[in-house]
Amino acid sequence: MRIDLNEIQHWIKQGSRILDLGCGDGTLLKFLIDTKQVQGYGLEIDAAQINTCIDKGLNVIEQNLDRGLGNFADKSFDTVLMTQALQTLHFPHLVLDEMLRVGKECIVTFPNFGHWKARFYLATRGRMPVSDLLPYEWYNTPNIHFCTFDDFEVLCHERNIKVINRQVVNEQSGQTLKDFMPNLFGETAIYHLSK
Amino acid sequence: MPNQIPADSVGLVTPKTHHFTAPLLLACGRTLDEYELVYETYGQLNAAKSNAVLICHALSGHHHAAGYHSMDDKRPGWWDAYIGPGKPIDTNKFFVVALNNLGGCHGSTGPCSINPVTGKAWGADFPMVRVRDWVASQARLADVLGIDVWAAVIGGSLGGMQVMRWALDFPERIRHAVVIASALKLSAQNIAFNEAARKAIVSDPNFFDGDYIEHNTLPKNGLAVARMIGHITYLSDFAMGEKFGRDLRSGSFALGTAEPVEFQIESYLRYQGDSFANSFDANSYIRITKALDYFDLAREYNDDAVLAFKKTSAKFLVISFSTDWRFAPERSHEIVNALVGANRPVTYAEIESHHGHDAFLLPDERYQQVFGRYLAGVTI
Repeated sequence: MRIDLNEIQHWIKQGSRILDLGCGDGTLLKFLIDTKQVQGYGLEIDAAQINTCIDKGLNVIEQNLDRGLGNFADKSFDTVLMTQALQTLHFPHLVLDEMLRVGKECIVTFPNFGHWKARFYLATRGRMPVSDLLPYEWYNTPNIHFCTFDDFEVLCHERNIKVINRQVVNEQSGQTLKDFMPNLFGETAIYHLSK
Repeated sequence: MPNQIPADSVGLVTPKTHHFTAPLLLACGRTLDEYELVYETYGQLNAAKSNAVLICHALSGHHHAAGYHSMDDKRPGWWDAYIGPGKPIDTNKFFVVALNNLGGCHGSTGPCSINPVTGKAWGADFPMVRVRDWVASQARLADVLGIDVWAAVIGGSLGGMQVMRWALDFPERIRHAVVIASALKLSAQNIAFNEAARKAIVSDPNFFDGDYIEHNTLPKNGLAVARMIGHITYLSDFAMGEKFGRDLRSGSFALGTAEPVEFQIESYLRYQGDSFANSFDANSYIRITKALDYFDLAREYNDDAVLAFKKTSAKFLVISFSTDWRFAPERSHEIVNALVGANRPVTYAEIESHHGHDAFLLPDERYQQVFGRYLAGVTI
């Protein structure tokens, strides 16, 4: 399982009600149901991913996050999750607001575009970074709103979002350096938020 | 006509009839002292009786959902694309029950049946039936078949309304609820279409206030117009354009000719209307469209569908189709949102299709995948 998904479980209460935005193949949802007995729904738009969720017996709902979460009541979930999808949204800041309206707490994970490899790639080649973590060309990438950890901190500050926890995880190198200079050496951020 | 039965067909099937003698009190306050339901079954009921699936039909459906009645049949049952060995409703796994609802005209007791009290056809006097009456009678059929709990109750359109009613009225007897192209209640526009159709029927001079059988006639023109109105709304603008466009069946637009023009769509609609009028009963049509209009899942729950669904314990699969404007995806969103609000398990897929409301009857790769994969996960 992806390293950010493994960390998230520590912030999920036993038996809580969760909503996973962009739940993909349902790996996290299934994991949280099995280990934390959560009651959960996943939102997804990709037909193949939805099929995989159905195979796993998950409650998957076809819904485009860019159309908002207007169909969910205020504070109707203990935790609203969104892993590695923030950067694919047309209006990430509005979705974030909506997550904090619908959930008592939120957990967001996203890749750090300020990672030294991305910076080095752009600085030395003058071209948009392509790596094993971000394997797309600029024209076909689903990732249309990249940010760095620092960018995200600024957004939270501007919108009065309370950061309960923040953690940086690295799949690859820089395990010690990431704690020292997360915005340069961290690969993936996990934020635990409330309003 | 099948030269040979396809391998993924349930094959040749024979309808059965059960005569019920316990009176059934209807929602309208009247009682049917006795009645018959005609039904078909496909697949085998297992020893634990845990693999039974009920198919609820829509406006023009009936008990013949799959397979063939004889080698002379032009077409298989109405949902043959989805019921059979290896199909989404897999008859290798499930025991499938499909019936004709009360008030229908394909063998179950309805306006064309003989009223035992008068010895004449019920005609206009046949009671108004509602979705809850159908569900109550279906539950009695389940009793007859020895089925305590359905593995799944499945239906599209009006059939989906029966599925929701099942989940609400018999929560302990339904494990999975599959609601396809349906709605918590009809919109004003939907009721309007139904009323236009009914008006066409009752305006037919052969209608005789519903007692046309007594007059040895049938309001075929009215019923044909009713079906034409309905049929237009079941297709999408795109699908109709693709299939017929402005193609002519006869005549010409050439200047100087007085030849009348007939568009393909005109001829097609007329054919649909006429063939329907020859196989369906006008009184049934009026009753079934009324049942559609009256259905409102949340009416007795303070108009709060969340409160209604809190009574249910089934797991739901909800499916809608992108170009369905009669039972639009928004109507399915309302079902899904209410289920989520009630903290009930639900899976929802919105199938991209050009076929409008009719899509729920037609083969479609993604629809089949979602439907089949979901039912594959139903334990028996």
